[in-house]
Amino acid sequence: MLDNLVNLVYLVSAVLFILGLRGLAHPRTAVRGNLMGATGMLLAVVVTLLNQRIVGFEVILAGLALGALVGVALALKVPLTAMPQLVALLNGFGGGASSLVAGAALEETLVTAGAPGVQFTIASSLSGLIGSVTLFGSLVAFGKLRGLVSERPVLLPGRHVLNAVLGLASLGLAAWLVVDPTSSMAFWILVGVASVFGILLVVPIGGADMPVVIALLNSYSGLAAAATGFVLDNNLLIIAGSLVGAAGFILTSLMSKAMNRSLTNVLFAGVGAVVTQVADSDDVYAGRVKSAMPDEVAMLLSDARRVVIVPGFGMAVAQAQYAVRDLTNLLESKGVEIEFAIHPVAGRMPGHMNVLLAEADISYDKLKEMDEINSTFPETDVVLVIGANDVVNPMARDNDSSNPIAGMPILDVDKARTVVVIKRSLSPGFAGIPNPLFADDSTLMLFGDAKQMAIDLTSALRET
Amino acid sequence: MEMLVIALTIFILAIFLGFELITKVPPLLHTPLMSGANAISGITLVGALVAAGAEVTTLSTILGFVAVTLATINVVGGFLVTHRMLQMFRRKR
Repeated sequence: MLDNLVNLVYLVSAVLFILGLRGLAHPRTAVRGNLMGATGMLLAVVVTLLNQRIVGFEVILAGLALGALVGVALALKVPLTAMPQLVALLNGFGGGASSLVAGAALEETLVTAGAPGVQFTIASSLSGLIGSVTLFGSLVAFGKLRGLVSERPVLLPGRHVLNAVLGLASLGLAAWLVVDPTSSMAFWILVGVASVFGILLVVPIGGADMPVVIALLNSYSGLAAAATGFVLDNNLLIIAGSLVGAAGFILTSLMSKAMNRSLTNVLFAGVGAVVTQVADSDDVYAGRVKSAMPDEVAMLLSDARRVVIVPGFGMAVAQAQYAVRDLTNLLESKGVEIEFAIHPVAGRMPGHMNVLLAEADISYDKLKEMDEINSTFPETDVVLVIGANDVVNPMARDNDSSNPIAGMPILDVDKARTVVVIKRSLSPGFAGIPNPLFADDSTLMLFGDAKQMAIDLTSALRET
Repeated sequence: MEMLVIALTIFILAIFLGFELITKVPPLLHTPLMSGANAISGITLVGALVAAGAEVTTLSTILGFVAVTLATINVVGGFLVTHRMLQMFRRKR
């Protein structure tokens, strides 16, 4: 009777999760969707506490209190500029928790019921594997995003062999647990191996590929929960986990598509590790790069009717979003039409630029997707590229295979009348190749820090 | 065995449902979708609560405690930070 009640409430939670995810997919309903998801979670937690297997509440309350405290602190104190790190960390915690739950269930079963069955052992192996890969992969991603670990890909010699060995070892350990389910030893060794595997999987991935990795780890955190659902025979975990697994997978493939690369290529090719000499930067730039001063650019901007701003990771690094907002407001007050062109993989996580600009109070109406804005560049007077490089590199258009960004969809800024690029120097972007856009006849380089230049442009505009 | 077949059925159907639900998400919402979905994957908390409260062995209780803590950080932090982000996505005049 009580079991039925619990399962019915779980069903309500599952429905709320489904409605919540659907809500999160649309701007108007997103807030409500998130609240529905949270309500579903609260219901599930409350009804679980009725479970008769629970004999003591001290440990539970301690864990809930500690977790809630840390969770609230992280969610409210972390600046939005640090969102990629935070999302990576939270993904990891979810995955880690799932594999620990599987481990705890295994230890309990060994004591209370003896050797568990095949479904139990296979599912707990999967949960231990995926959950630990998620936790340690996310920790490395967190370290890279925080700058604790090199953002450049770190390529170990023989890493493919090493990965294959770890993969096979995981399979072997899972098989050991299935064949001999009387001991949990195989499970814990598997967790150890998977942890190393998770580290090795993310270490060779460079900063610009982070959006794909974070989306993938998001998917894994769902799959780990689903696997734990199979361990516990809990349908709610299976449903919620697979919904999240599917959602994360869709984001992952969207991100890879936006770079015109396969997921395998992102994970294993180590793009950005070596600077490929596709074209000599001296040949591309020699004598053709025109540099400008802020007041010249301010004149251009004040005469423009339509300006498009292309933000990139450089804007995030320089924390220039507020200065850019002030510049935008001033230009709009002078009657200039302004829009932002957002490349899907600009920044370090899916949607990074949108979060950053929203933080600076820029209306989301002005943030345009690549497909939507590309046709408008020929009618654009000035494009202001702020801290973006590879996503506006016309070399992506020639399908020369030696070029690491060949075939990647880009923002067609070179079609605009004038392009102004705010950048510290001519150094290459993440892909390590020169950008012919900088040497284009219609391009002006404004050398300097993104934030400082936005401030200088604003004050120069005020004076005109 | 019967349980497994039911569980697999639910799993496969939920994956298809997930794909259907998420196909058309505007890039604007990619980050909040990810952090909101991530908070939902913290549902593993439900299993963690039982592991921590059943107090079968010291080891399983410790594992349960750590799992409850991590999953709660995931759930509370995830939903809250998503809410905070969504508050900023407003249309201005």
